[in-house]
Amino acid sequence: MAISTNHVASLSKPCISSFTTLKVLSKPNNYFHPGQSEFKRSSISCNVTSEASTLTINAKGNDFKTLQRPNSVGRFGKFGGKYVPETLIPALTELEAAFHVIAVDQDFQKELEGILKDYVGRESPLYFAERLTEHYRRPNGEGPHIYLKREDLNHTGSHKINNAIGQVLLAKRLGKKRIIAETGAGQHGVATATVCARFGLECIVYMGAQDMERQALNVFRMKLLGAEVRGVHAGTATLKDATSEAIRDWVTNVDSTHYILGSVAGPHPYPMMVREFHAIIGKETRRQALEKWGGKPDVLVACVGGGSNAMGLFHEFVDDFDVRLIGVEAAGHGLDSNKHAATLTKGEVGVLHGAMSFLLQDDDGQIIEPHSISAGLDYPGVGPEHSFLKERGRAEYHSATDDEALEAFKRVSRLEGIIPALETSHALAYLEKLCPSLPDKTKVVVSCSGRGDKDVHTAIKYLQV
Amino acid sequence: MAIAFKSPTTSFFQLKKNNPETHSFLRFSTQRFATPARRFTPMSAISTVPTVGLSETFTRLKKQGKVAFIPYITAGDPDLSTTAEALKVLDSCGSDIIELGVPYSDPLADGPVIQAAATRSLARGTNYNAIISMLKEVIPQLSSPIALFSYYNPILKRGVEQFMSAIKDVGVHGLVVPDVPLEETEILRREASKHGIELVLLTTPTTPTERMKAIVEAAEGFVYLVSSIGVTGARASVSDRVPTLLQDIKAATTKPVAVGFGISKPEHVKQVVGWGADGVIVGSAMVKLLNEAKSPEEGLKELEVFTKSLKAALE
Repeated sequence: MAISTNHVASLSKPCISSFTTLKVLSKPNNYFHPGQSEFKRSSISCNVTSEASTLTINAKGNDFKTLQRPNSVGRFGKFGGKYVPETLIPALTELEAAFHVIAVDQDFQKELEGILKDYVGRESPLYFAERLTEHYRRPNGEGPHIYLKREDLNHTGSHKINNAIGQVLLAKRLGKKRIIAETGAGQHGVATATVCARFGLECIVYMGAQDMERQALNVFRMKLLGAEVRGVHAGTATLKDATSEAIRDWVTNVDSTHYILGSVAGPHPYPMMVREFHAIIGKETRRQALEKWGGKPDVLVACVGGGSNAMGLFHEFVDDFDVRLIGVEAAGHGLDSNKHAATLTKGEVGVLHGAMSFLLQDDDGQIIEPHSISAGLDYPGVGPEHSFLKERGRAEYHSATDDEALEAFKRVSRLEGIIPALETSHALAYLEKLCPSLPDKTKVVVSCSGRGDKDVHTAIKYLQV
Repeated sequence: MAIAFKSPTTSFFQLKKNNPETHSFLRFSTQRFATPARRFTPMSAISTVPTVGLSETFTRLKKQGKVAFIPYITAGDPDLSTTAEALKVLDSCGSDIIELGVPYSDPLADGPVIQAAATRSLARGTNYNAIISMLKEVIPQLSSPIALFSYYNPILKRGVEQFMSAIKDVGVHGLVVPDVPLEETEILRREASKHGIELVLLTTPTTPTERMKAIVEAAEGFVYLVSSIGVTGARASVSDRVPTLLQDIKAATTKPVAVGFGISKPEHVKQVVGWGADGVIVGSAMVKLLNEAKSPEEGLKELEVFTKSLKAALE
């Protein structure tokens, strides 16, 4: 039974760049002040009603809107900070200052906007998933409406490019000629290699030796794009070790090198910067939702590894308490096995790669090697802002197992003709648990963070097709 | 799936990935240290002089016109009983302060040598409790004070207060935490102070002068001058920025300054002394030596010879 389509075809207007929010505020310290909702909307060229929302978060939320996220020392509540060797502090300070400058620089914004449009292919569609919606329709005809925010359609096949472009432009501003990055699945590595090719910079990507094996095609892609891929054999030879090695390289080459961190993790200002570069996801979604159904999304769902695609979608709506925020982590072999990456569910607070956040550690404070079938979610930490949103009850964090993710991978391929990345499949898997309880016509937007072509050779081992 | 590890393999090194019970490695009881594969003959007489702290050590040395020799080794590499013996060797060969590294899974400030040492140590089952037990036994036998070198997360896991109290109880005098910059040190400084632990702070070639001044103001025990922009590891030569950096620091404080990172030969030691350092720290070279030896006993002998050669360069 077809659903009455009360959304209009989306107009393909290029969306305003991520920084219009920031342009309105004059003092650097106030840039990330989330409180005044009118600031956030003033430069968007459409009518937005800012309804007073019922507080759906817990009592601690009374001060939520007035809290700077992050504050001037890079903290989200108690999370975040800059826990790095002293050698890196001046570089982080310089980076933060440069970021504040470009946030109000019209030329920078224009250049960024142009590249996002013509090179990356933004804006990405907000797609009504008709058959998925049908799948979740209950016998009485009621059910939520499922929309997919198509970050998989971006150039390089995931949301990662948003941040890579922003940071490479920033690096050029700083006069850096050498770029380094860490990568798990290879998507951020590919995005970084891509932007370095586009802008003619030297590119070195650190990748865990184990990850290089399971994402061999991405390794080839990076090399084809002109990057040097350095395998990391230390520790567990996975993403966390690649990140540690990238940090060491940065410590050693800090004057010549910019480190393009791939997620909203790491020391301040990275969690904030990476979020801002991805915030365009949420901004477009708000406008597209208004066009399609004249309202806001009711529920946002995104997979969480480090948390960049989730923060990109959520950030725009964090102060709209009537929008439910759901992050889905990797439960691997199950939460009770010791083979998962469900940091926010099973982790504890500690310090990893420069930030205080939830992380997976053993009794001795050693960082545990996590597991997920999807390399991109296989990180034992999580961005500090997610830790904060969880602690404040503003966002909920659940998880999906490898098997559930594989089922969703297949299901969405069959129902929508979209092969999602295994990372994304975790978010899609959670719909099975979420949708039965959602009221009729609830608008659910799932961040379709990447496409799954890179995952077929993994899936082939597990799926009967 | 197979992993190719580049670090030199020793009989103590195990591939974590192949062992599904990896996490149980890290829950060894304190007994593990007490029953090593081999027993080593204790070296030299037990000292009856109670150890003084880091600052006092420097004060004494300064009066004698001497520069402090500060070696570093990673606890548990190749194993804790060798570490215990190595501490005694270093002590009896004239080290003035000894830095002991607590192995950590993600050592951001360390180069390949110390990284590999940490991995080997952890694979062997070294844990915090075992290190503390070992120190409890060994420190009374040493005449030089011990400073622990630990990353922040293991400290946080224990609880900063608990950590300080526990290390104080076994006689540790100082602490270096390389991934906590000045602005994040408040809690550490408070608890260190409460428990009489001297918290050494690091300054580096990238640290602007104003910041360096704030760091040296807050540092206790000594100021750790990181000689080069990078991670630990021997280098062919000591950075030529050190003389200027030393000068700037000495203009800002009368606290002792020890130079570390990259120093591995008697020639380096001589140079650094010549530039006016109050102390010289040698780490990776020590760790490498212990690792490359044919056996722990050989390693201890070579450590003795090496230490003496470096110490001689201080004269």
